[in-house]
Amino acid sequence: MWQSAIDVLFQGRNAIRLLEGLWVTIRIALISIALSILLGMLFGFLMKSERRLVRFLCKIYLEFIRIMPQLVLLFLVYFGLARTLQLNLSGESASILVFTLWGTAEMGDLFRGALESIPKHQYESGMALGFTNRQLYVQVILPQTIRRLLPQAMNLVTRMIKTTSLVVLIGVVEVVKVGQQIIEATRLTTPGTALVVYSVIFFLYFMICYPITRIAKRLEQSVEGGS
Amino acid sequence: MSRIGKRKITALLTIVALVGMVFAGCAKKEDNGNQQAKSRTLQEIKDSKKVVIGVFSDKKPFGYVDENGTYQGYDVYYGNRIAHDLGVEVEYVPVEAASRVEYLRSAKVDIILANFTVTEERAKQVDFALPYMKVSLGIVSPEENLITDAAQLNGKTLIVSKGTTAETYFSENYPDIKLLKFDQYSDAYNALLDGRGDAMSTDNTEVLAWALENEGYSVGVDALGNQDTIAAAVQKGNTELLNWLNEEIKTLGEEQFFHKNYEETLKPVYGDAANADNLVVESGEVNE
Repeated sequence: MWQSAIDVLFQGRNAIRLLEGLWVTIRIALISIALSILLGMLFGFLMKSERRLVRFLCKIYLEFIRIMPQLVLLFLVYFGLARTLQLNLSGESASILVFTLWGTAEMGDLFRGALESIPKHQYESGMALGFTNRQLYVQVILPQTIRRLLPQAMNLVTRMIKTTSLVVLIGVVEVVKVGQQIIEATRLTTPGTALVVYSVIFFLYFMICYPITRIAKRLEQSVEGGS
Repeated sequence: MSRIGKRKITALLTIVALVGMVFAGCAKKEDNGNQQAKSRTLQEIKDSKKVVIGVFSDKKPFGYVDENGTYQGYDVYYGNRIAHDLGVEVEYVPVEAASRVEYLRSAKVDIILANFTVTEERAKQVDFALPYMKVSLGIVSPEENLITDAAQLNGKTLIVSKGTTAETYFSENYPDIKLLKFDQYSDAYNALLDGRGDAMSTDNTEVLAWALENEGYSVGVDALGNQDTIAAAVQKGNTELLNWLNEEIKTLGEEQFFHKNYEETLKPVYGDAANADNLVVESGEVNE
């Protein structure tokens, strides 16, 4: 029984289809994560703005994104924009937009938290040594911020990768959906397929998420060594 | 003290603003309840050389993807013919059961062909074309004590799932049959395997597929009770496309297209257990 279930993986284009699905997952995740890191840093600084109105708007944005389940955001962007503004986004663009909105909010808050966790004397010592504002941030504050930020940021990144499995609900066929299609197409003939296919998907996710945590670990060490 | 006061006020304002936004959002949704994106006309579909059809991608044998990544199934067979007769290419979009209406209202697809059962509730939101399939109830039972007529079940135990048409149908029409009810399909099927009941009833397409997977069980009754029909759906108000589909169904009826479709897509799965005439609808005419 297991042999025939494993054979299903290599029938026709099944194995390639799974990898194509994985590529969709990676593409959506990587683009949104890259955008989230850039925009998240900006957002983190904005949240520390001196203007109360800016801080207030940031707070509203953050809470709004936090309260809304990602699925609701996906539906709002994919179906809602088409119905209200006649803006017809493809499933993939809608996914990237939603994941970027989400990632920016969360990453921004993490960045703000890390910035605030740097003791006041670090700023004051820097200024006392005659650093310019730019030098102060680049040489003193940011390296320490990044070190504190990395573990939580990696947590967010892996969470974003795994949450991409929601995009199937707006018609984007990613790796989990391809798996379900394979299982369903062979349900009557090869009942053991489900376990085999889900094991492969587990392995594929592991292959993406594990290197990321490894890289993060090394980054953390190198920043530590540098400071 | 004054700083804490300020913070509290900001927090309070934020909450008020958010609650306000949520309410505004709800109210807006009600206002726009009927708002839908503009669907494509028949001419626009022909000009674009492509018709976009929403189908299931994981519901064998109605809509699924084979090992080569090609869409297959009873619904897809019909979809291919629609595209052929429109003289355009077809693009299939995989949909989920719960979002089928939404795909039409947001004009993401031109037609939904995803085993869409016609109900009054849905007919308020989308326009259904003439039906191309029908479902009714089936009864599956162990082969050694095969139930071939619902009346044989009087005084015996029938397993059903809560909230299904089977539950209502048997409690209304056969009060002498003892019903054993379950919340989930899987529990109901397991009860039949354990021998906790004499037979089990639900949609005939479901029991037929289940009987094939479980040796020693067969479907003795494959068409019982009120028939539900399955039809293609278009966005509400897209009359031109709707009329075209209705004409198409009538033309296809002349060549017994859906019987051919059954032979190609459903027969290999159901085998001799099912009778084509109990599932297939030609020319949109359902004879009760």
